[in-house]
Amino acid sequence: MAVYDALLELADDHLILGHRLSEWCGHAPMLEEDLAMPNMGLDLIGTARTLYDHAGKLEGKGRSEDDLAYLRDEREYRNCLLVERPNEDFAHTMLRQFYFAAFMRPFWLAALNSTDVVVRGVAGKAEKEMAYHIRHAGEWVIRLGDGTEESAARMRDAVEALHIYVDELFDSSDDARIAEAAGVLPRRADLRGAWDRTVAEVFSEALLEQPRAAYAQRGGRQGIHNETLGHLLAEMQVIHRAHPGARW
Amino acid sequence: MSVCWQGSAEAAWEAAAAVPDPEVPCVTVADLGILRWVRVEDGVAVAGVTPTYSGCPAVLAIELAVEAALRDAGFEARIERVLTPPWTTDWITEEGREKLRDYGIAPPVKASGSIRSLFGDVTVACPKCGSTDTEKLSEFGSTACKAHYRCRTCVEPFDYFKCI
Repeated sequence: MAVYDALLELADDHLILGHRLSEWCGHAPMLEEDLAMPNMGLDLIGTARTLYDHAGKLEGKGRSEDDLAYLRDEREYRNCLLVERPNEDFAHTMLRQFYFAAFMRPFWLAALNSTDVVVRGVAGKAEKEMAYHIRHAGEWVIRLGDGTEESAARMRDAVEALHIYVDELFDSSDDARIAEAAGVLPRRADLRGAWDRTVAEVFSEALLEQPRAAYAQRGGRQGIHNETLGHLLAEMQVIHRAHPGARW
Repeated sequence: MSVCWQGSAEAAWEAAAAVPDPEVPCVTVADLGILRWVRVEDGVAVAGVTPTYSGCPAVLAIELAVEAALRDAGFEARIERVLTPPWTTDWITEEGREKLRDYGIAPPVKASGSIRSLFGDVTVACPKCGSTDTEKLSEFGSTACKAHYRCRTCVEPFDYFKCI
């Protein structure tokens, strides 16, 4: 079931980050962003749905996308820690989005050659959407980093806070390694160069520097999360758990 | 009515192809290239429908509308979701692009495959006066598939169908 688990990791990354973006709906600093963040969230949730559906079929136990999204507990969620980080301020949210998209764009480009037809189909769309996300979030990283004293300080705080969650993006779990060996998913470690180039390009314009050494935080792929994920899941799953089998 | 349509793949195609897009009703699902094919198998019309943007909330509505159109035409109907080759804006037909422009939505720039350099912008012509002196107001517009622009010549705001 390694491929099923590896697809679940990927789907969880997308669903959790998509949900985080949806939390901004009605609270964004301006109307454009009130549209932009849920819009980007919809891209991610749409990708997650296709991956859950596919994973559920590979598992063969009749679990639907809803079962996988709404009826798994915190320890069963396999998302990386970066995507569950709280929104904090707008600078944190944009930097988190930029980091994730800068990783996913080369991931999906490589996945265009996947041996799995559904993964190839998802990749064909997602790589273009991730280019949009890189551009949108990257523009904000630059605008805030090279902005006022206040905005630059907030962006530097975000860089400081999120830096320790970057390395986990490039780790492959045992399940992911099997999926990679089968040619279903690209090797995560191979994407570091592309990520570094994208981030360096934007950071140089944003007048930001990447912190050098940090103790990387890991554990999401083993289901070991920050306390924030439990709160997120409680909100996301409450309707479905209160009304089992609810559909709309 | 159902008898005379039975087994006619063309009739099934025509019924499905006429379904308007729920968010951009000036164009049909065939104009947009969302309807890939219709086959009639043992009297059941099977329509291949492809999602547009991953996050498009209209996907399900489109599938239901196509299914309903096929039933109205006397077929038993089933929808198959087609993921490959992925939909891009290059699937929009010439006729579809014309209809979008007439409706006031600038059609997507051609050649979706070539993502321009990260921060490069595209030139979008105003659907009302044709001027290329336009500016982007918002990357994200009234629906997931559109961005918001303004024409500097005729000063009208307009939607631009994003190129993916």
